[in-house]
Amino acid sequence: MNKKIAALKAAFPHTIPILMGFLFLGIAFGILLSSKGYTLGWALLMSIFIFAGSMQFVAIDLLTQSFNPINAFFLTLLVNARHLLYGISMLSKYRNTGKKKAYLIFGLIDESFSILCSTEPPAGVDRGWFMFFVTLFNHIYWVAASAMGALLGSLFTFNSQGIEFVMTALFIVIFINQWKSQKNHIPALTGLGVSLSCLIILGPNDFIIPSMILILLVLSLFRKNIEKEVAP
Amino acid sequence: MTLTFSQALITIMLIALGTLITRALPFLLFPENKKTPEYIQYLGKVLPYVVIGLLVIYCLKSVTVLSAPYGLPEAIAILCVVLLHLWKKNTLLSIGAGTLIYMVLVQKVF
Repeated sequence: MNKKIAALKAAFPHTIPILMGFLFLGIAFGILLSSKGYTLGWALLMSIFIFAGSMQFVAIDLLTQSFNPINAFFLTLLVNARHLLYGISMLSKYRNTGKKKAYLIFGLIDESFSILCSTEPPAGVDRGWFMFFVTLFNHIYWVAASAMGALLGSLFTFNSQGIEFVMTALFIVIFINQWKSQKNHIPALTGLGVSLSCLIILGPNDFIIPSMILILLVLSLFRKNIEKEVAP
Repeated sequence: MTLTFSQALITIMLIALGTLITRALPFLLFPENKKTPEYIQYLGKVLPYVVIGLLVIYCLKSVTVLSAPYGLPEAIAILCVVLLHLWKKNTLLSIGAGTLIYMVLVQKVF
């Protein structure tokens, strides 16, 4: 028991910045979701079981269009493909974590990864439990903030028209941050250019899956040119 | 709600499943000391940058460019987000202010 408490205490300070960010994004997510008619239960369901920030914003959009499960599934694979990289990087760190490993893998979100890949627990603190609590804290923040947002959205009726722009703004900010961190802009421009072309040619309802296929094709064909300067 | 209860549930379950697959796959494919193929490493390295571009376009897919308001609210709000973010470098500020500006634009101006 002491082992767990020590790990919990060591983990908490590392998650405070995530708490701030998740409060904002989670509440925005909950409000946006409830503005589309999906109340608290749906927000909880999504934040507990999907537990993926950007994808949950995309999911709101999918939930307000005509039913297309195949599209939803493949879009999820592509949007979350970056997790493959996180998994590959964490293969060794997650070793020997016993039963906790399944939860650690489930909760391998961007924020958990950013903490866990760069932080070692203080001496004497069990690494497995430390990583477990970092993940659990992030999960709790995300679920609680989404629930707060959903409640706020259903208690107060206000004109929420345009609030969906929070998702656009989020991705634009991530785009800028990535752009500044990289010298090679071919990947970013490939994503923008290919999907914009597909959107113009195929229209808003049928462009996502062709875009993904074309993107994989471009990445595979021009691997030599692209791979050069991309920092890990 | 646009979808029926079960349609929404199926959609959410598939998204949860897809997310779990992307997180678990490396651990299933490359147990312990097996080396990760270079092509997969390459995709893992490049895809994060590509996908955000796709998501930006995805968010803007329903913008009306050819008729009023000609995508102006989006263009103005995006410009604000970009300038604010380059200036203050504060993620939450850029997102919050950009969203507010957009809401005012579509509710009061256009």
